[in-house]
Amino acid sequence: MRPGDPSFAVVPEQGSGSAGLRLFGLVYKEALQIIRDPSSIAIAFVLPIILLLLFGYGVSLDAKHVPLGLVVESPSPKTSDFAAALSHSEYFQIDRLSDRRLAVAAMLSGRINGIIVLRSDFARKLYSASGAPIQAIINGTDANTARIISGYVQGAWQTWLIHYGLDHGHSISAPVSVDQRMWFNPDIRSRNFLIPGLIAIIMTLIGTLLTALVVAREWERGTMEALLVTPVRIDEILLGKLIPYFVLGMGGMAISTGMAVWVFGVPFRGSVLALITISSLFMLAALGMGLLISTLARSQFVAGQVAIIIAFLPAFILSGFIFDIASMPAAVQFLTHVIPARYFVAALQSLFLAGTLWQVLFSNSIALAIMALVFLGVTRMRTRKALE
Amino acid sequence: MWRRIWALIIKEFFAIWNDKRSRAVIIVPPLIQLMVFGYAATFDVSHVATAIYNEDRGVAASKLVARFAGSPAFHVVYHLDAQRQIAQKIDSRAVSLVIHIGPTFTRDLLTGRPATIQAIVDGRESNTALIILGYVNQIVENFDQSWSLQTHQPLPPARLVTRYWFNPNLQSRWFIIPGIVALLSMVVTIVVTALTIAREREVGTFEQLLVTPFSPLEILIGKSLPALAIGVSEGTFIILAAVLWFHVPLRGSVGLLYAGLLLYILAVIGIGLMVSSLARTQQQAMLGAFLFVVPAVILSGFATPIANMPHFIQTITLANPMRYFLVVVRGLFLEDLPAKVVLAQLWPMAVIAVLTLSGASWLFRHRTS
Amino acid sequence: MSTPVVRLAGVTKQFRSNQRRVTAIDGITAQIATGRITGLVGPDGAGKTTLIRLIAGLLAPNSGTIEVLGLDAARDAQKIQAAIGYMPQRFGLYEDLSVFENFTLYARLRALKGAAREDRFKQLMAFTGLGPFRDRLAGQLSGGMKQKLGLACALVHPPRLLVLDEPSVGVDPVSRRELWSIVETLVEDGVSVLWSTAYLDEAERCHDVLLMSEGRLLHAGPPGPMSAGLTGRTYTFSLNGMDKRTIIPRLRQHPYVMDALIKGSGVHLLLSHEPDVAQKQELAQELGLGEDDLHPTAPRFEDAFIALLKAPSAPASQNSLLADDGPSALHHHGIATNAGSGSVIEVEHLVRRFGLFRAVDDIGFSVARGEIFGLLGPNGAGKSTTFKMLCGLLPPSDGKALVLGIDLRKAAAAARAHIGYMAQKFSLYADMSVTENLTFFASAYGLGGLARNRKIAEAIEEFGLGNLAGVISAQLPLGYKQRLALACAIMHEPGVLFLDEPTSGVDPLVRREFWTRINAMAADGVTVLVTTHFLEEAEYCDRLGIIYQGKLIALGTPDQLKNAHRHEKQPNPTLEDAFIELIQNYDREKDHETR
Repeated sequence: MRPGDPSFAVVPEQGSGSAGLRLFGLVYKEALQIIRDPSSIAIAFVLPIILLLLFGYGVSLDAKHVPLGLVVESPSPKTSDFAAALSHSEYFQIDRLSDRRLAVAAMLSGRINGIIVLRSDFARKLYSASGAPIQAIINGTDANTARIISGYVQGAWQTWLIHYGLDHGHSISAPVSVDQRMWFNPDIRSRNFLIPGLIAIIMTLIGTLLTALVVAREWERGTMEALLVTPVRIDEILLGKLIPYFVLGMGGMAISTGMAVWVFGVPFRGSVLALITISSLFMLAALGMGLLISTLARSQFVAGQVAIIIAFLPAFILSGFIFDIASMPAAVQFLTHVIPARYFVAALQSLFLAGTLWQVLFSNSIALAIMALVFLGVTRMRTRKALE
Repeated sequence: MWRRIWALIIKEFFAIWNDKRSRAVIIVPPLIQLMVFGYAATFDVSHVATAIYNEDRGVAASKLVARFAGSPAFHVVYHLDAQRQIAQKIDSRAVSLVIHIGPTFTRDLLTGRPATIQAIVDGRESNTALIILGYVNQIVENFDQSWSLQTHQPLPPARLVTRYWFNPNLQSRWFIIPGIVALLSMVVTIVVTALTIAREREVGTFEQLLVTPFSPLEILIGKSLPALAIGVSEGTFIILAAVLWFHVPLRGSVGLLYAGLLLYILAVIGIGLMVSSLARTQQQAMLGAFLFVVPAVILSGFATPIANMPHFIQTITLANPMRYFLVVVRGLFLEDLPAKVVLAQLWPMAVIAVLTLSGASWLFRHRTS
Repeated sequence: MSTPVVRLAGVTKQFRSNQRRVTAIDGITAQIATGRITGLVGPDGAGKTTLIRLIAGLLAPNSGTIEVLGLDAARDAQKIQAAIGYMPQRFGLYEDLSVFENFTLYARLRALKGAAREDRFKQLMAFTGLGPFRDRLAGQLSGGMKQKLGLACALVHPPRLLVLDEPSVGVDPVSRRELWSIVETLVEDGVSVLWSTAYLDEAERCHDVLLMSEGRLLHAGPPGPMSAGLTGRTYTFSLNGMDKRTIIPRLRQHPYVMDALIKGSGVHLLLSHEPDVAQKQELAQELGLGEDDLHPTAPRFEDAFIALLKAPSAPASQNSLLADDGPSALHHHGIATNAGSGSVIEVEHLVRRFGLFRAVDDIGFSVARGEIFGLLGPNGAGKSTTFKMLCGLLPPSDGKALVLGIDLRKAAAAARAHIGYMAQKFSLYADMSVTENLTFFASAYGLGGLARNRKIAEAIEEFGLGNLAGVISAQLPLGYKQRLALACAIMHEPGVLFLDEPTSGVDPLVRREFWTRINAMAADGVTVLVTTHFLEEAEYCDRLGIIYQGKLIALGTPDQLKNAHRHEKQPNPTLEDAFIELIQNYDREKDHETR
């Protein structure tokens, strides 16, 4: 036993800059906890890699090899021309069916997405005034896919028309043609715009998950009480939580950006500095949301439930990542303004595909800064330095 | 045995119901999300902010402009008068589409030369961009047809007549809302199940439960039935809202729909309980829940078709119950899917449910401290 | 005398819960003297923790003033917190940080750095004996070591006032002794200490005591004079073959016996007044004793505590805690028929390994029907692991653990209907009410309909839960939680009862009442296996097994254990003395072996 050390009651000198030291102590502690519990590291670094790989390859709006049924009621050289035009398109996978009933059955069972019918009078009507009808029946259940298929069929039809004209020595072209220019994404790769959006969604998840439980956990384990009786200030406690998870989140962001550019070949046309700025603001907003959930819930159980429900789905559906915000009803559009991911998606899509467009970045940065301030401010207000 | 199970069921309900916050969490957000997502989640593009840069004073050009202005798909917000404004408007996302009509447009048309207009779209959202281009083409095609009729030019030798079955007006809301049935009932079920066992283990009541005469099967039933009731009620509520509020037609058999819903919820419960009994802490359970829910939603065909995915990812989706239920619920809502096709989706869900539920009940006893 | 460190004047604190205002602290006026250890004592729910939090500036009073170190606690909380050391319940440690890292964190929070911090760390490690465990994670420390680390963290910056909230809960006796000597050293150096505790032997060692009940201050002053007033009212006698299961309830019903307590093979009595010769004779006669067999003994603080709380002036509802509703109301407990005459619990060569670590290392004992068997040992010695294997919660790595001749892990679920289990921490469903918890456990054991309702009504009456039937169990005071947990565990009248640290953290009154029930059940033939590190409690057991480092190092009745350690230096050893010596001897032998 070791009592009776004479120097025991000597008061050590109080250092200056104690606020900085306190903050450092808290950050250091949190960092150690992060290292000890591999799940935080997993959230920040492994989660984005897995999700980006899965989604980067998995999420695509570009349909290829769409199964189509082709019914030619009375085959002739004229019909086979058209059939060949369809078959040559990489967009379709043509399944020749002998009659309409079989085709309908195939469509009902989901084996094919559409039916092209060349009726028995196709060859005869080819030169009539009304023109020969080519019937395209498309499964409209998935309206988006249906529209895309319809566009492809139309393309195939136009190609056929041009060949037909060339074969018959006179050009058949429409009076007005459209010269389409798809800016920023001329190859129309949906991956190019989906991946910046996915990064925004993944970062929302990471930011919220990292912090949603950390404050609730301190309350449940009684360590918050011990912190509160030290000279620590609330701001220091919150900053002590924010800083390490911010670093972690930005690390995740760096990994995601690197993967987008080097694995998925998405162009990055903006400035890195702008990316860091906007990501920092977004990270603060997302972490702030997590901290707020954690502070209000005070129990890990409720915090966990809330995080699952409100972190993912709203960001997924209301951020403009897949669904066009401008097409939503006004009330819903209004609601999207409280989703931080919305601003981040817009900013990232511009930074990756268009470049550093200050008019886009500025307004989105302001919005994210306000959200971060609100989340953190409310968290600050709700964490009073008392136990009631 | 049933009396004991009944006691467990009541207890589970209390555990969710007696905590004000927990009760609010499973009721309020899903309702709000149903309404918001029901309106928000649509691939239909309307009111596309459009700018028109018309350099031609001719009558044909103004007719074409009138067609754009009159279409509900477009909302003409700017008339430009200089080339450089195009980049400015698109870059700042003020408009998604610029229609540029050159100075010789009317002249070319009248002299029978091919006339060209330029459609410049913002490719940062290529899905929307594609749809916008589709609309542009449609308007131009209609313009062509009426121009040809007016000026008695020859029509093409064959014309394409397109029909959309099951959803003639191509409303994507009809497609999305049945998907929300699958989406929200899964999320609520996961929220109810994923943390339960982890929490009981942390508090110590799970041990208490294990020393009573409950068999793992009884605990499994006791934990599953309340979640099943909650998941199915959630599903029922959304189905009713879809039919009565959003007016999505329900064409298929309600019996089959419920068979699907039951198996789907059971499969999700199995996964939720597996996650929960594997986790040491509630934090791990929550992480596990996320790791299941996020990929399950994104790789289900809810927003982007599974057929577009590469093969190895399509193989992964075979383990995703939401994938099967989406086919069932969409098919039965919009197209009266034949029973045979529904059954082909039901059995994989049943297999997932059996595997995960029995896995979870094995873990009850074999994963102790 | 110098100025007091803490001055409380008319302090009242109310909480709002379920739209009701609950008064936790009711007009307390008191002082805490400088340079002394002041014990804050009182039954569970008396308001001890609330008072401590008020003093630490974590709560603000509704009315009254609190002055700490000359500062107003409501206004200058920050300054007070910079000057005091505070150890909350459960010690406030980060379990995933090491000893050194925990210390460093609190040092930084108190602006201690560089060489000064190193020095302080070395000092405190030497002082607390934690030096060798510098890099061990706090979560892997034993309860005693956690407590010392918590203390070291509170002492980072030498405080003028050290506040300890129930520091000895869940801590073994050896560690408790060490804590005392540490704190006494601090006091010698001029630190004032406020120490809240539910252990009355600890209160007795404090310089001053604040005795609280129901938010009010019942007594303030040194503990000695409190018990001195009871001189002549305390006696002991030897059981000499009397049935100790029935004697206590009989005694407690006696008109002038205020309290009766088993002490190994003897009984300790507290009378309501000093008896005259006739009364003393009468009492001895009733017990079948000669007059001389009733020995007067020195009153202890515990007697004063009981006397104060049982006095008519004590708040009314507290009396329900003390109402002698014990055994008489208990109904006959069905006893498993296959118990036979042999042993009910049989443990042979039991081993449990976690990786290379042998948590339980070749343990063997048996417990006969109707016996109360106690498993004693420091934290982490292997008690709970043994327990879990017996209950079938954990498979043994080797050996046998049989209950009623069955291995519960392999047996059918129905076999578990013969056992009752009360877990550490009183595992109840926190968000269900008292009745809902009872209903659940009754149904879990297959009771239904009228039988269940009758059983629940009985339990509510027997355990005095009537007024609380609708209360959510998370909001119950600890003592009631414990009652409810026991009520739930014996709903189905089990033949064997497993109790894992059943009285950890509850106050002496609740503990007493609890043991009255357990005794009555044992009298009815129920076999009880109990773990504890509260040694006074071990006196209630028929036999004890002491577990240390996974091994059973002693087995016998409390008296046998005490006698084995009776020698010149300690002519009259307590069970605690015996326990500590056993452990020290074991350590010494092991040391010897390794050398």
